Amino acid sequence: MRFRKIVPGVDPELLIKDAAKLMPDTARRSFLRGAASLGALAFLTGCDIIDGDSAEGVLRKVSSFNDGVQAALFGRTKLAPTYPESAITRPFPFNAYYSLANAPTVDPATYRFEVSGLVDNKKPWTLDELQALPEVSQITRHVCVEGWSAIGSWQGASLGDFLRRIGADTRAKYVWFRCAEGYSNTIDMATALHPQTQMTFKYDHQILPRAYGFPMKIRIPTKLGYKNPKYVVAMEITNTDRGGYWENQGYNWFGGL
Amino acid sequence: MSVQALATSPDRTTVVHPGWLRITHWINALAMLVMIGSGWQIYNASPLFDFAFPRSIALGQWLGGALLWHFAAMWVLAINGLVYLTLGLVTGRFRRKLLPIYPREVIADAKAALTFQLAHDDLAHYNAVQKLLYAGVILAGVVVVLSGLSIWKPVQFQELTALFGGYDFARYVHFFAMATIVGFLVVHIALALLVPKSLRAMIVGR
Repeated sequence: MRFRKIVPGVDPELLIKDAAKLMPDTARRSFLRGAASLGALAFLTGCDIIDGDSAEGVLRKVSSFNDGVQAALFGRTKLAPTYPESAITRPFPFNAYYSLANAPTVDPATYRFEVSGLVDNKKPWTLDELQALPEVSQITRHVCVEGWSAIGSWQGASLGDFLRRIGADTRAKYVWFRCAEGYSNTIDMATALHPQTQMTFKYDHQILPRAYGFPMKIRIPTKLGYKNPKYVVAMEITNTDRGGYWENQGYNWFGGL
Repeated sequence: MSVQALATSPDRTTVVHPGWLRITHWINALAMLVMIGSGWQIYNASPLFDFAFPRSIALGQWLGGALLWHFAAMWVLAINGLVYLTLGLVTGRFRRKLLPIYPREVIADAKAALTFQLAHDDLAHYNAVQKLLYAGVILAGVVVVLSGLSIWKPVQFQELTALFGGYDFARYVHFFAMATIVGFLVVHIALALLVPKSLRAMIVGR
């Protein structure tokens, strides 16, 4: 019910149904069935690729091509639009592929943010140490791959500054994040170094609630919601693309806005 | 029936539609079908209105599949559309065939069409209603592509997004541009089936 008020056009029942639909299942693997011949006609006239798996292969290749296009379009200093406090969506929706009851609970006392890969200082960070980093703030639009959007207020540390602080090799291609519940994301280094990419510890100036990813979310206003991991426990600087939870199932890898 | 229609056609030897037009027309038809079908599946993930499109007529099985289709077919739609617009402008075809459009003629031809008295003898000549519909759907095509770009890249193309009234409003613009195209398609396909020689002309040119 609250969803209807705060996110116009998002029906809570449809949202739940959709979440279930989004779950990886057998239908997902064959999502092209029944449409393969139409697509083959559209894209591959004259080719012999008409079965679903091959069409999926071609579509994934185009999606990889689109990653390159988006990387080229990405403006390293182009800022996402920011908004006044009055524009904040209240309450900001909880969104995940599981219910809030199943969201991970991270103990702040034992929490350690692990850093690995192409970086000088691999010392794990406690939450207190992280929260003591210089604070940056933003009010930006969160855009979900489903189409809805919501404006939120996030505070934390600049990821780019943090990477430089710990001596990360910023010429590496990727930054990979692992989350408490097993979610993961790989992002491109250019986005990791973007001035608005944030290690978020607060939502609307309050300690990040569990619903929004306590103790740390990576807020990336230049990427779709599924590229904004929550409950982040580890980071690796790497030249190997480790993929991600949704990306491995077919969502576009770059996910840029 | 079509043989009779052809026999009575005044200029069955002249090319009604040049090759480039027929090729871009059919590539566009396929790209549009894929874009609309996958677009409906994407819409269902977060409906703007109190309805969802039946999954049986939507393309892609789930949101991720539909997005793969949508962002692949967009290249076909956009590149083919650019070729079509460029050739339509440089060959002067748009100017010759679609302009001018006079409201008085549109009203008169619409009345004639609704009472089934509108002649369709010369396929090379568009009546005022056709002119309006074809010019209108070209415009809707431009709007659907630009509004689509604005919701795909609301940060990199934020000026375009602002032009469409911001991210959330641009979604509605994109939806209604699609609805306009679907509305055109219903009339367009019905008339092509009612006047089969027009369908033939779009395939073989005459």
